[in-house]
Formats: sequence, C-alpha cells, structure tokens
Amino acid sequence: MTALETPQETPAIVLGIETSCDETAAAVVSGPSAVLSSVISSQVDLHARYGGVVPEIASRAHVELLTPVVAQAVVEAGLSDHDVEAVAATAGPGLIGSLLVGVSAAKSLALVWDVPFVAVNHLEAHLYSSFLEEPDLELPVVVLLVSGGHTLLVLMEAFGRYRLIGQTLDDAAGEAFDKVARFMDLGYPGGPVIDRLAMTGNPEAVAFPRPMYEDGYDFSFSGLKTAVVNHVRNNPDLDVPDIAASFQEAVVDVLIHKARKAAGQYGAKGLCLAGGVAANSSLRERLLDACVAAGISGFLPSRSMCTDNAAMVAAAGWQRLQLDGPSPLDTGADPNLPLPFIRSGEPAA
Amino acid sequence: MLILGIESATQQVGCALSGHEGVLASAHSARGRRHAETIAPQIQFVTRQARIELRDVGCVAVDLGPGLYTGLRVGISSAMAVAYALGVPMIGVSSLDLLAFAVRHTNRLIVAAIDARRSELFYAFYRQVPGGIQRVSEAQVGTPDDLASELLATSEEVLLVGDGARRYCQVFDQLQKTEIAEQDLAHPSAASLVQLAHARALREEFVKPWELKPIYLRVPDADINWNTR
Ligand SMILES: [Zn+2]
Repeated sequence: MTALETPQETPAIVLGIETSCDETAAAVVSGPSAVLSSVISSQVDLHARYGGVVPEIASRAHVELLTPVVAQAVVEAGLSDHDVEAVAATAGPGLIGSLLVGVSAAKSLALVWDVPFVAVNHLEAHLYSSFLEEPDLELPVVVLLVSGGHTLLVLMEAFGRYRLIGQTLDDAAGEAFDKVARFMDLGYPGGPVIDRLAMTGNPEAVAFPRPMYEDGYDFSFSGLKTAVVNHVRNNPDLDVPDIAASFQEAVVDVLIHKARKAAGQYGAKGLCLAGGVAANSSLRERLLDACVAAGISGFLPSRSMCTDNAAMVAAAGWQRLQLDGPSPLDTGADPNLPLPFIRSGEPAA
Repeated sequence: MLILGIESATQQVGCALSGHEGVLASAHSARGRRHAETIAPQIQFVTRQARIELRDVGCVAVDLGPGLYTGLRVGISSAMAVAYALGVPMIGVSSLDLLAFAVRHTNRLIVAAIDARRSELFYAFYRQVPGGIQRVSEAQVGTPDDLASELLATSEEVLLVGDGARRYCQVFDQLQKTEIAEQDLAHPSAASLVQLAHARALREEFVKPWELKPIYLRVPDADINWNTR
C-alpha cells in the first residue's frame, strides 16, 4: 500500500503556513499531493552577517512577511480566499517566537473563514516532503532527515506510523556544516558554501574521523567538527577546498552508511532524503548510488522541497486532518514538540 | 462601523468589539494561558457576546506596542490575519496611548510606563486635551532612574500609569507630587483600544494589514547562543 490512500472526505484545499525558523512560507495544496502554490520568503540575508539564525530578527521578519506571503500563495493557487477549506501551520519544533507568529495567524484565518485549523509537526512535514513529488513511493521507506536543527533516521511504515531508528547525540549535520564554515570564515549558511568548495577539492586530502561509523544508528558530529578545527589550526596553509571536500566526505560517509544499513535491516523498499542538508550534491549522488547497489528505490526531493517550505506543512496538515481531525483554537506552539514514534516492540503496520 | 480590537502588549491579553454605540463586548485575561492560546477563543467569545458575525467587522484595531515582544507579535500577527481574511483595513494604536487614555480625566501630567524587562521601562508623556489625550514626548526606553530624573526636573503634578510604574513604585514613591495609578489601570485595555480606534476610523486613518509596524523601541538582540541552538 502507499501512504496516500485517499479517503473521500473533505476538506481538500489546505493552506499551509511555515514559520519555524528563518523561512516565511505559505502554500496551497489540493488533497495529499497536488501543490497549487508554494511561496517562500527567505530571511537568510538578514542572518548571514551573524553566521546563524538570530531568533529575535527571525520573529520580527515573520510578522512583516507573513501576510503578503499568504496573500501571494492564495493568488498563485488561482483561488479566492473563501476557497480555502482548512488552514495548517507548523506548531513545533522550532524557534518559539517564530512559531507563534505562524500559529496565531493560521488560527485567525481559520476562525474568519470558518474552516478547520490543524497544527503540524515540522519533522512530520519534512518526512512527508518526498511524497509531494512522488506520491506512489512504496512503503516502508527509511527517511534520512538532515537539517540545521535535526539529524534523524526514521522508518516510515505508513503516514502517522514512524519508528525512530537513529538520531544525533550532539550537533545536527547542518549545524556541523555551519560551524565549520564559520570557523573557516567561509560565510553563511555553511552547507551550500562547503558543497561548492568541495567540488574542486580532494575528498581524500585529510582523513577526518567518521564518528560512530560502525556503532549503531545514532550520529555524533561534534567530534568531527572539533577535528576539522584542530586540523586547520595546526595546518594553516592547507588548501580550503581540500578541507571542505574531506569534511563533507566524512559527514556523507557516515550518513549514507547508516541509512543504507537501516534500509537493509528494516526491509525498506526505498530510501528518501529530507531536510536542508538533503540539498548537498555529494549526499544526493551517494544516496542514489547506495540505492542502486542495494536494489531499492531512492528518492531525492527537489532542492526547494528539501529546505523548509509550506507545501509539506499543508500536505501533512491534510493527512493529520484525515487521521485526527482539527486542532482546537487554543492550540499554542511548542519549541520541542515531539514526533510521536512507535516503540520498537510494537508490530509493523 | 464594527471594530474588533486585539491587545496583547503586556502580560494581559484582551479583545473587544465596538459599534457606533460604544463598546459592545470585551474580554481579558491577566494570568494563566499564554497569549497565543487565548486570542482566537477570545475573538469567538466577544463576537458571540455581542451577537455579531465576524464577517460584519469593518476594521481591526491592534496594540502596536511597545511591550513584551512575543506577546505583542502574537496579537499583531492574529490581527493582521483577521483583517486580511476579512478584507478590511486596520488601525494601529500605541500601548502607551492606551494607558494614558484610560486616565485622561486629570489635569496632571500623565506618564505611561510599561515594564520593558531588563530593569528598563518603555515610557511617554501625555496631556489631557478636549476629547482625549495628546502625547507630548517621544516614546522611549530607559531605566526607572532615567524616568525619575526627568520627573524631578518638572515642577508639575504627575500621574504615572502602567505596570512599569507599579513595578518600580519604590523609585517613584520618593518623588514629590507624583501618584501612581491603581493596579486596575496598569495594563492597556482592549476596550480603550476600540474606543480610540473609533475616533481614528471616523477620520479614516486606516492602514493595510501589511503596512503595520510593531513598535519595538530596541534593536534586536543579535547574540546567538551557539551552545543551545
Ligand atoms: Zn526544517
């Protein structure tokens, strides 16, 4: 079966709102996978000079940007606003001040339009992003969710049924990219810069450690980041592209190794990437190679679907409405909102 | 015209509805659940109490601050979304104006002062004028001692109002000819908001939802805590 068996229930047209970090986004979907519009206003330039996302600057920008972004998403979907049948918003995890802007606006829109509001978990939205472009992906799949805030290996058995296979014990993968780039003065965000530099570097120039390579499914990138910092301090004349390529190779080696091992052990029919780091070209290439070698299908969402967007929020909202119905209008935001995982003892769906 | 007002600049959060006959319904909560959880249910409550349909609202008024940033943004974001969804204009009012408006029936110099945390206050000076109040200084951020020395320099009788004035009452109690308004008046009220907005609506002082700018009075704190992100 696929995740997308479509019950014949309304609502179909869902407006999604995403403000959990530094992208202000709104999108309209029809049903589980038809994206009618997806508007993203990135604040990355506002945060670049600080080398990271500044929460207060992000919150201020969301307030200014959200209404125009929502209006644009509705217009680009070819709708008038009373065609919207439900409003979904990311309620966590994320920056609390930023989340509250989106949740507050979404509830107000739902109230005025007299349609259901549904709170969405940001991680669940990411897990779902592959299905927006590949609705017939066969389950179960292993999703490698890698971003500035998260590094998770998840077995997706059905929509709403996830097993946590592994997660980072310290830094997220994207965070390691940002920190290394910041230390080497390469700019922000670190992922795209290192990706670009690595293209001209030698990935075998420096043998950086592969932390916890054969050690279960959890990750640890803090020690790798420290190894890079120490190596650069001790060898200041080293070629920057070589360092970038060698660091990236170490991260990708670990991610791919564990993802492939997990897919084998859990009998997954495919492997998916999700999250901002899924835009990394080496990771994308190596994931497809691994899938070919393992004889399973691999899916890479387009770059704009990997990074934070509201189409995945609207689609996850559509699914949540089918599963749980609307969320109450006194719903708040939770910066640490957990994704409910099924425990390892429970049987497969 | 029916005006919906949303006010959340301090620890209190409130909503009110007004028509040409005055305030039709209002609600506020001063403790308990957080602003973001409270506003939508409060809007539902006041519309039911006033027996009106939300779609009949012709303007959305909102407190623009200064105040506590997160709560302030929750109110402004909610109000913008309501106005956009209804397709109606907005009116933004300063929280300090709201505090001063509530004590307008005095000949004394009015000082509205909101707790800005970090041992500071947001404050501004006002005078009574026919039909309301007029602000006679820029809104600013400063310590209680900054404000106290400004008050020392005036020979006038002063009425201080706001949660900031009450929090630092030991600083202001030492001043001559200075009184602090009671706790009931310490927070901007949504009822004052719709009343003030009504006068502006008559003068058609409307803005579009995306033209509203919150009043922060401080540049963003740009420190990134790399250990907790
Ligand atoms: Zn994300």
